[in-house]
Amino acid sequence: MLYRENGQFKATYRADQQIFPIRQDRIVVAAFLVVAFVAVPLLASDYLLQALVTPFLILSLAAIGLNLLVGYCGQISLGSGAFMAVGAYAAYNFALRIPELNLIVVFILGGLTAMLVGILFGVPSLRIKGLYLAVATLAAQFFSDWTFARIKWLTNYAASGSVSVSTPKMFGFTFQTPAERYLLVLTIVALFALMAKNLVRGHLGRAWMAIRDMDVAAEVIGIRPMYAKLTAFALSSFFIGVAGAMWGFIHLGSWEPLAFDVNRSLNLLFMIIIGGLGSILGSFFGAAFIVLMPILLNQVPAMLGVPISTAAASHLEFMIFGALIVFFLIVEPHGLARLWAIGKEKLRLWPFPH
Amino acid sequence: MRQTTRTRLMALAIATSGALAAPAQAPAAAQNEQFFPSLVYRTGAYAPNGVPYANGYADYLKLVNARDGGINGVKATFEECETGYATDRGVECYERLKGKGPTGATVVQPLSTGITFALTEKAPIDKIPLITSGYGRSESAEGRVFPWNFILGGTYWTAADILVQHIAKKEGGFDKLKGKKIALVYHDSPYGKEPIPLLVERSKMHGYELMQIPVTHPGVEQKAAWLQIRQQRPDYVFLWGWGVMNSTSIKEAVATGYPREKMYGVWWAGAEPDVTPAGDGAKGYNALNFQAGAGRGKVHADVLKLLHDKGQGTGPRDEVGKVLYNRGMIHAMFAVEGVRRAQERYGKKPMTGEQVRWGLENLNIDANRIKALGFEGYMVPLSTSCADHMGTPNQARVQTWDGKNWTYTSDWYTADMAVIKPMVTAAANKYAAEKKITPRDCSKDL
Repeated sequence: MLYRENGQFKATYRADQQIFPIRQDRIVVAAFLVVAFVAVPLLASDYLLQALVTPFLILSLAAIGLNLLVGYCGQISLGSGAFMAVGAYAAYNFALRIPELNLIVVFILGGLTAMLVGILFGVPSLRIKGLYLAVATLAAQFFSDWTFARIKWLTNYAASGSVSVSTPKMFGFTFQTPAERYLLVLTIVALFALMAKNLVRGHLGRAWMAIRDMDVAAEVIGIRPMYAKLTAFALSSFFIGVAGAMWGFIHLGSWEPLAFDVNRSLNLLFMIIIGGLGSILGSFFGAAFIVLMPILLNQVPAMLGVPISTAAASHLEFMIFGALIVFFLIVEPHGLARLWAIGKEKLRLWPFPH
Repeated sequence: MRQTTRTRLMALAIATSGALAAPAQAPAAAQNEQFFPSLVYRTGAYAPNGVPYANGYADYLKLVNARDGGINGVKATFEECETGYATDRGVECYERLKGKGPTGATVVQPLSTGITFALTEKAPIDKIPLITSGYGRSESAEGRVFPWNFILGGTYWTAADILVQHIAKKEGGFDKLKGKKIALVYHDSPYGKEPIPLLVERSKMHGYELMQIPVTHPGVEQKAAWLQIRQQRPDYVFLWGWGVMNSTSIKEAVATGYPREKMYGVWWAGAEPDVTPAGDGAKGYNALNFQAGAGRGKVHADVLKLLHDKGQGTGPRDEVGKVLYNRGMIHAMFAVEGVRRAQERYGKKPMTGEQVRWGLENLNIDANRIKALGFEGYMVPLSTSCADHMGTPNQARVQTWDGKNWTYTSDWYTADMAVIKPMVTAAANKYAAEKKITPRDCSKDL
């Protein structure tokens, strides 16, 4: 009743090709952006902003990056933690050695460095596929763990191997409060999400999807596999690198290679599998699930006033979280984004399903 | 099926939003309470060490209420949050707990060097002091650059220094160290890397050779490290591990045939959970001990009588008096004494983080105070100042595991500040330059 596109005629190609062709979608997205940019910083507590929403947004960006590669181009990667690390450490070094640089420039440079490394580790994808490629990208992970723990120059000879950055500043403005930091992250993530959405709708995204669905057929219709695969690696690593730089600069403030270990890579992979492969929205769903759910589960017993020991609450968290993953994958193997799409389909018929 | 799934999803979404909104509610109106956040790890690879510490910490805060009726009448409250020793969860816990209680979090003690590094960036903004007794950034002893960090009682650099002093004494003087080979088996994280600068500095002074052998988190796989030790046969092994890594190292030493008598652990590698898994093989293993050894004193009798006899103890009864339990108690005591000292100046009411910082900066726990607190024989006196956030004197001694108990096998050593002080100043200045901090002027400060 509410969600029905009857009567919305597209008279131009432009109108037909917009991101959200249905008017109701546009209204919802606009309302959502208003909530995210205005209501959330005004209403949410510092704890929500700093400890939950900001990390969720940053990891969403990383998940989008990984989704470009895995979900759209079909190249499984276990090296996303490494690309985050490259982004973070490159940004740290740029900021340290060229202090005049603007923060955004630093993030972009971090992303570009990650992109170069990503292309390098994407080269094996030209010859190997599937699970074998996943193992090959794992090399990136071990390489980065080693590099940032052992090459002292990269950590500015810090005794402990841990680097720290000063409070983020831009154009003389210091991002001190959680709300300011949240808005900075939100702006960057929103822009990158828009970019990703347009990328996958464009010729590049179509080339990736063709490669994903059947590489031989794609080659036959004139898509260059090398170009498609390496651009997927490059752009994916760029996104992940920027996310890594933000994770270090805005969320942690001080980090060590352990912050980007193989668990981070696996986490990101789980995010896009649970959220939905080949879906930008799914990346957000997956990140929300993996980042927010454990923290929420951990607090539920205390909120309900159940007297339970810290250890038991923690164990419960693991058990319920694991069960939820299994539950969602059984209910919808294509991820939360697919559940969302089904929900929208049902809504078109509601309240008179036939 | 689909329909029910959606209903369930909706229910989940509603529950989620409700639950997320809950922490946003303001804490209850001002009460006569002092809130101590407790960042613990009762699960994961580091739980064997995290649990007794957390129990000791909780028990001491309970004891302050049960025995003294609070801190000058102000009730001590606490809430635990599980970090699992992971930095990002630690940051989340800190954010979760920092605003609770009428005056917010009093002090934070994360018991993790990684979390300490992350919180060092956040504590000054929130004005919450960070006590990292015996762990964390060694250069944070410099209170002028790190006004909110309190590395009370000792740093990794003093620990490493004391270990070198001890083996020099065993060998018969520092000059005898020349040509000797010392292996540092360390947890490959900021924690394990911290002592390296000092050991390198000392190796330049005395001419011993330092082998650096990293062990990857969590430390259950050490075959390669001990193969290296087997080949190189170092004269001494310093163990800088935590959690399951320590017991694994000792087991590997047994398998490699490396004499345990030549192994020296830092004070975080010298508790019961580190040695008991290795059984008899751990006999002869040495470790440093600073504040808090094993055993029971007057304060433990109070804990048993006032808490455990009434069924209010936090952990099992026989844990009372273990090394890490005692360390948890002493760390809680530092926090409580900081509040008490602040109350002398600001009045007997709940203290804010800023006031507690003043208290911690002006601590003076002398022998009489230790006796009054019931910690006689478990700690050395401690006094701090604006510039000195480690406190003097910084002493430690060596203990040896005899198969059943830890026994002290050396006198108290005092770290050589002539070596450490310039390093602390240099590192702190570098940090200040990187972060564009102007060091405080302690003569002007209150």
